[in-house]
Amino acid sequence: MIELVGVHKSFGSNEVLRGIDLRVESGTSMVIIGGSGTGKSVLLKCVLGLVHPDRGRILLDNEDVETAERDAFLARFGMLFQGGALFDSMPVWENVAFRLLRGATKRPKDEARAIAIDKLRRVGLGPQVADQFPAELSGGMQKRVSLARAIAADPEIIFFDEPTTGLDPIMSGVINDLIREIVTEMGATAMTITHDMTSVRAIADNVAMLHRGKIRWCGPVSEMDATLDPYVQQFIHGRAEGPIEALR
Amino acid sequence: MSLLRPVAALGRATLGALASIGRIALFAGAVIGHLFRPPFYPREVLHALMQIGWFSLPVVGMTALFTGGALALQIYSGGARFSAEAVVPSIVAIGMVRELGPVLGGLMVAARVASSIAAEIGTMKVTEQIDALVTLSTNPLKYLAVPRVLAATLAVPVLVAVGDAIGIAGGWLVGVYRLDFNSTTYLKNTVDFLEFWDVGSGLVKGAAFGFIVALMGCYHGMNSGRGAQGVGRATKTAVVSASVLIFAANYLLTEIFFTS
Ligand SMILES: Nc1ncnc2c1ncn2[C@@H]1O[C@H](COP(=O)(O)OP(=O)(O)O)[C@@H](O)[C@H]1O
Ligand SMILES: [Mg+2]
Repeated sequence: MIELVGVHKSFGSNEVLRGIDLRVESGTSMVIIGGSGTGKSVLLKCVLGLVHPDRGRILLDNEDVETAERDAFLARFGMLFQGGALFDSMPVWENVAFRLLRGATKRPKDEARAIAIDKLRRVGLGPQVADQFPAELSGGMQKRVSLARAIAADPEIIFFDEPTTGLDPIMSGVINDLIREIVTEMGATAMTITHDMTSVRAIADNVAMLHRGKIRWCGPVSEMDATLDPYVQQFIHGRAEGPIEALR
Repeated sequence: MSLLRPVAALGRATLGALASIGRIALFAGAVIGHLFRPPFYPREVLHALMQIGWFSLPVVGMTALFTGGALALQIYSGGARFSAEAVVPSIVAIGMVRELGPVLGGLMVAARVASSIAAEIGTMKVTEQIDALVTLSTNPLKYLAVPRVLAATLAVPVLVAVGDAIGIAGGWLVGVYRLDFNSTTYLKNTVDFLEFWDVGSGLVKGAAFGFIVALMGCYHGMNSGRGAQGVGRATKTAVVSASVLIFAANYLLTEIFFTS
């Protein structure tokens, strides 16, 4: 279980997170929605310890992430970065198998490569991309390679930062199904950031909406459409008119 | 109030400079600490050795060749004022191995290597590749900085040694073909007056300069600001600070090695 209590984070005078309270139960899928620039990516980075909150506590299974043993903590996580963040100095398969080629989870090279190719297949990429370099791929392909890397070592907890942005609708569907499958079949805990309402409905057990540094609304996806919260309504219907100003 | 403003600005600048010296010292300490603790990344070290050592050879060699030649001409014409043209071979040799070989070699490596390390690591920082390393349970300092610093510290002395030899050869070429020295005498004078520590001190300097260059590249890369501008600034700062630190360290080491 991941729990955030009163998490604050500012960059200089830019108050991004202003007291986030959020709970994600193990084995469930939480989707975070909200306008761009509202701090969704920062929120995930806080949980991973890549960004240190100014105030508040983040607990993983009731243990404070700041004091947790770092290696053991990170070994449980997989993360898909918004920009892909592939290592452009190495071919695709070594990117995907990065964790499998070093450290505690180290395996023989052949086996690591076979796993990488299998994970690539699951994100809709053929074995021919394995030996290409990230710079040779399109943006959407890079994103999927990055997704394959995030799931390569079968982590317990996976964060997806805009997994379907830049993908065509069919490929988005494939990725949505994959994320759902990882949660239901492998029992992983997932936190996904997305702007794509189709993805939200396909992936989420619960939805949280971030607005002005706070969780504006949080609840099961089944209650999302029925909620009277005008912010949520404006967001899910993509209306220009409403309480959320278009000018930010 | 307005009278104090320059004083305040000076104070702020001094404090800022001291703070960055402190941060760089801590960074250097961390790099050295991680040198001896596993995991080790031999493949990364090998790659860095190629990039820093092997591919710097042409540039360092050319620099040394022309410098050795120019040095021979200068010492010949300068020495002529007190009829000491005969010292050309030994001064060229001593000047190259003690001072010009390591300093110019270090500067060329600073231009070539500090910039490329800072740009590469800076780009990794702004494209979240460094964050990705962390989430993949890999310490960026250990994986990116340690191999490069180690490789530069090992490779630059070798580059300096090669540069010394090429520089002396440059002096010899000019000496024999332009200044009509006898080839055998020139070589004999070079070897006879050269002591082991002349060469050894230059190699130690080379190691120190290699360390400085890679350290500056890594430090400024990892602390790069956001965006292309941030990387550009990091690259520039890495080269400038590496070069200035090389001159400062050169003075300090010369003071330590040759005064007593
Ligand atoms: N490392 C950083 N330094 C300064 N500001 C940052 C940093 N990371 C994010 N921000 C700022 O935090 C805000 C939220 O960013 P982000 O979490 O990326 O938004 P999004 O919700 O679109 O993912 C933005 O205004 C961004 O400029
Ligand atoms: Mg984002």
